[in-house]
Amino acid sequence: MTFWQQLKMDKVAVISLTIITLVLLIGIFAPVVAPHDPLGTDIKIKFADASWSYPFGTDQLGRCILSRLIYGIQTTVMLSLITMAATIIIGTLLGVIAGYARGKVDEVIMRICDVLLSFPSEVMILAIVGMLGPGLGNVVVANIASKWAWYTRMIRSLVIQYTDKNYIRFSKVAGCSGTHIMQKHLFPGVVGDIAVLATLDTGWVILNISTLSFLGLGVQAPTPEWGMMLNEAKNVMTMYPSLMLAPGFAILIIVSAFNFLGDSIRDALDPKHNQQKAVLK
Amino acid sequence: MFVRNICKHPFLEIVDKVKEDYMRDYIIYRLIGMTPILLGISFLAFVLITLSPSDPAEVALRVNEITPTPEAIALTREQLGLDKPFFTRYIDWLVASLHGDFGNSYVNNKPVFHEIITAIPATLYLAAVALLFTVIVSVTAGVLCAIYEGSIGDKVTRGLVFLGTAMPSFWVGLLLIWLFSVKLDLFPTSGMQGFSSVILPAVTLALTYISTYTRLIRNNMIENKQENYVLYAKVRGLKESTINKHIFKNSVQSSLTALGMSIPKLIAGTVIVENIFAWPGIGRLCVAAIFNRDFPIIQAYVLMMAVLFVVCNFLVDIFSALLDPRIRQGE
Repeated sequence: MTFWQQLKMDKVAVISLTIITLVLLIGIFAPVVAPHDPLGTDIKIKFADASWSYPFGTDQLGRCILSRLIYGIQTTVMLSLITMAATIIIGTLLGVIAGYARGKVDEVIMRICDVLLSFPSEVMILAIVGMLGPGLGNVVVANIASKWAWYTRMIRSLVIQYTDKNYIRFSKVAGCSGTHIMQKHLFPGVVGDIAVLATLDTGWVILNISTLSFLGLGVQAPTPEWGMMLNEAKNVMTMYPSLMLAPGFAILIIVSAFNFLGDSIRDALDPKHNQQKAVLK
Repeated sequence: MFVRNICKHPFLEIVDKVKEDYMRDYIIYRLIGMTPILLGISFLAFVLITLSPSDPAEVALRVNEITPTPEAIALTREQLGLDKPFFTRYIDWLVASLHGDFGNSYVNNKPVFHEIITAIPATLYLAAVALLFTVIVSVTAGVLCAIYEGSIGDKVTRGLVFLGTAMPSFWVGLLLIWLFSVKLDLFPTSGMQGFSSVILPAVTLALTYISTYTRLIRNNMIENKQENYVLYAKVRGLKESTINKHIFKNSVQSSLTALGMSIPKLIAGTVIVENIFAWPGIGRLCVAAIFNRDFPIIQAYVLMMAVLFVVCNFLVDIFSALLDPRIRQGE
């Protein structure tokens, strides 16, 4: 069975993938989908209950919560995708170089990674945001900085593992160029593992970005962002607790979708794991 | 001692000797390996300030509401030692840090060391209670789930575990405050007064770890169930409870080692919880420092956390090498 067939059989994977695609589409077409301007305040209707024109009600400034949620996709989800893309590109590049070249290059890259990995990622993120100051761009930079070393190390070890395989040795003996081997033989082998890790980590990055925004270190008002919306809801919790629900569930749903999808991709890629699961069942 | 020496077979003594030598070498090897990492960490903590787009001297003036005229900036630069060359400053700072002197806070001019030392007990208290919750709940839940694998309880727990990993902890914190403080009025919403105030923050902090370790212990136990020694024990006709005890012993060790590794992460994770519950610990201190651009405190926080992380990893590695001969030989 090919990878896609396997994935299609997995109901959870299909549902997760559908949710993610749907959310992304809504995010991209936010101006069309959103019923109101996410920044348009109307103090007369503040804390309005759910109604036909405001399906999730309004917040403390009378802004439409649904519209803010929809525009929040653009900030939270899109930013985490950008973060992951940048992390993967940096990690793959350095990891493949280190694992393939070995020697001094490898040594230098790995020692830098060692130092970076000796920080808990939370502290690393706080350190960078602390130095650069609060702000959206800085949060993205901090997330990339705290994660690339992980990817570099993992991809390096994968590359080393694959370099020892006979088919790669054979193509070396056959006189294939280094770039050819990397592109045609190494990369396809490594890409599956990267996909699993990247999918799982996207959820992690979404949590991180919204957490930092919740603390006030990330997205600054009035940009709609889910963590930020929860922070605003916190201040009026005693009177209007329902404001906490929508953004929280939004984060929960999208993070779960990414986590489930990551697990499913892992299962689809790793037939051994599948058999084990069958035995355990 | 005397009796033991007489009774001991000479060969066993050699084994013990080799084991001791091995451990000593391993510890020395790890200690030497730690030094460049610690140096790298300190350099990184220091260099981040230099990368910062704002001038520390100007920040120091602004937070004290002094107009940053060029003369005042020059004077502050001199006071803070910012006019010296980069490496001199790094060495000065490193030597001072080793003596526990992290400079003074830009905001209130108190020594950073003092600020941090007064905030640490609250953080450690919170982390310790959270760790206790984690161990108690995840071991109980993990073991029960593994024993009653496939039961309704197992399924429900697995669902909860899943929620625990996907829910943002700050949301959990808010919901807990709303339910237990606002609605039921059982615990205070924030601050640190008495034991009842630590429960909500500790639960919020522990939740992620409880989910992770419940799953880990459950899966470890289920994996161990397939091992040959369990089959053998069953064939011997041992009681179910005895077999479970063996499985438990074999599977809990690796989970507890992993838990040891996550202690520094737990302490670093207090940042969010402390800010939600207004808990007077170092996490809150650090976030306040970020808003005030109070660089010495951020620097000291980062350095301390990283060192804590490295030392904890070191201790866990030594500990697991002592417990598990396979790791010793693997090195």
